[in-house]
Amino acid sequence: MTSEAPAKAPARKKQLSDERPWWDTFPWWGALIFAILLWMGWQIATNENYDLAWDRIIPGLRITIISTLQAFAIALIIGLLAGMGQLSRNVVLRNVARTYVEFIRGIPILPLIFTVALIVVPETSEAINSRLDAWFGWTFDLSFQMRATVTLALIYGAYMAEIFRGGIQSVPPGQTEAGRSLGLTRRQSMNSVVLPQAMRAIIPPLGNDFIAILKDTSLLSVLGVLEITQRARQFSASTFKFREGYFVVAFIYLILTLSLSLLLGVLERRMSRDRKGQR
Amino acid sequence: MITLTGLSKTFDKTIHAVRNVDLQINEGEVVVIVGPSGSGKSTVLRCINLLEIPTEGSVVVDGHELTDPATDIDAVRAEVGMVFQQFNLFPHLTVLENVTLALRKVRKYSKEEANEIALRQLTRVGIPEKANAYPRQLSGGQQQRVAIARSLAMEPKVMLFDEPTSALDPEMVKEVLDVMLGLAAEGMTMVVVTHEMGFARAAADRLVFIDEGEIVEVGPPEEVFTSPVQQRTKDFFAKILY
Repeated sequence: MTSEAPAKAPARKKQLSDERPWWDTFPWWGALIFAILLWMGWQIATNENYDLAWDRIIPGLRITIISTLQAFAIALIIGLLAGMGQLSRNVVLRNVARTYVEFIRGIPILPLIFTVALIVVPETSEAINSRLDAWFGWTFDLSFQMRATVTLALIYGAYMAEIFRGGIQSVPPGQTEAGRSLGLTRRQSMNSVVLPQAMRAIIPPLGNDFIAILKDTSLLSVLGVLEITQRARQFSASTFKFREGYFVVAFIYLILTLSLSLLLGVLERRMSRDRKGQR
Repeated sequence: MITLTGLSKTFDKTIHAVRNVDLQINEGEVVVIVGPSGSGKSTVLRCINLLEIPTEGSVVVDGHELTDPATDIDAVRAEVGMVFQQFNLFPHLTVLENVTLALRKVRKYSKEEANEIALRQLTRVGIPEKANAYPRQLSGGQQQRVAIARSLAMEPKVMLFDEPTSALDPEMVKEVLDVMLGLAAEGMTMVVVTHEMGFARAAADRLVFIDEGEIVEVGPPEEVFTSPVQQRTKDFFAKILY
């Protein structure tokens, strides 16, 4: 080895501060999306064809929103039960929960919707209804909308189970030990000590799942449910105005999902601000 | 007050953390457990309130056989205070709520009664003014004192300390040890796992030296420090005392 001075690095502009120019940090993506939305809105407001599509599609928004809320609520309950079930000390509960989660997560949504709506629900309701009819002279029937919503809830319940499980496990075991050593029962320390802390880890991904459910309600269209995607399909097919129909439905979804994720961002920032400096 | 008989704890069927420990701790006694890291001293302590379930042997606390399934372990735990190395305060609750949680849920006190008891205990550990702060706003020493107050509020018959000063910055060790010395002076029954030999010297009635899960030597601290009988004890103190 010769002891020559190392080759000099190519001269670079001296950087005296880590401040970046405004055009480097400016949220161009947001401006771009905003511009696109603005253009779409303008089209709908001024173009007769877009206006026509809008009028035909927007009545489906009610079903989209109701199905989203229903699926989310049911999934929340399933997810909490299955998530806690996976952590249960009871061997049966634990394995039932695990089986459900692994089974559901392994099947794509579309075939599952068909399976539940066309096979599982008809057969179980037939079995139950024969009893109900004999005992009470009354039967029930799940609409296709409800069948698809329940399927969505089953799927997202499995995803949420993992979120709940992870959230609960993110709380250090010392917290439970401290609670138990004070004489709290297992349930008390879960409810008063672990779950409130787990919520910090649970709420953001739950919000993401809410948005995902909203988008996946478009799959209800395969069962002929008249939510916005199905209405867009019908409009496009009957008028051959495909561009208008699908642009409008995309516009509606974007407005919904973007405003939801903005909301979620605010919530997350608030939560992380609360957590600052916490060990 | 506490009687451990033939206590053994095995992890994963192969790791013998505690082997055949016999130890009797009387009311009002302060027992300090020392030993190399991984020697099983914390495990012994955690067996006393069943945070670890013994593989063999019996643990009797205040007349209750803990390994008996008929024993209401939650009731016994309410009588046995535990202070952890990592404090384990509840970060989502204020200092006051940390102290009152078990008072209200376990002892079923009203909010006013619980708050009164909590403030009294916080005064006892010297930080009543932090009642409405959150744990993250406190220094390590203050957090550990809150943890002690939280345990004391339940009026335990025994206090267990699992390396209470090991996670503290050096300048905060004394404020915690002072609280513990005060407790010892008041006649609290205490079992303390620590590396603070100064505390052992000042407060301990007996020093227990544990190595490889076994009790190697027991005696008054000064005796064990200055004239240990066992070679393992001599080696240990030769390494840590200077």
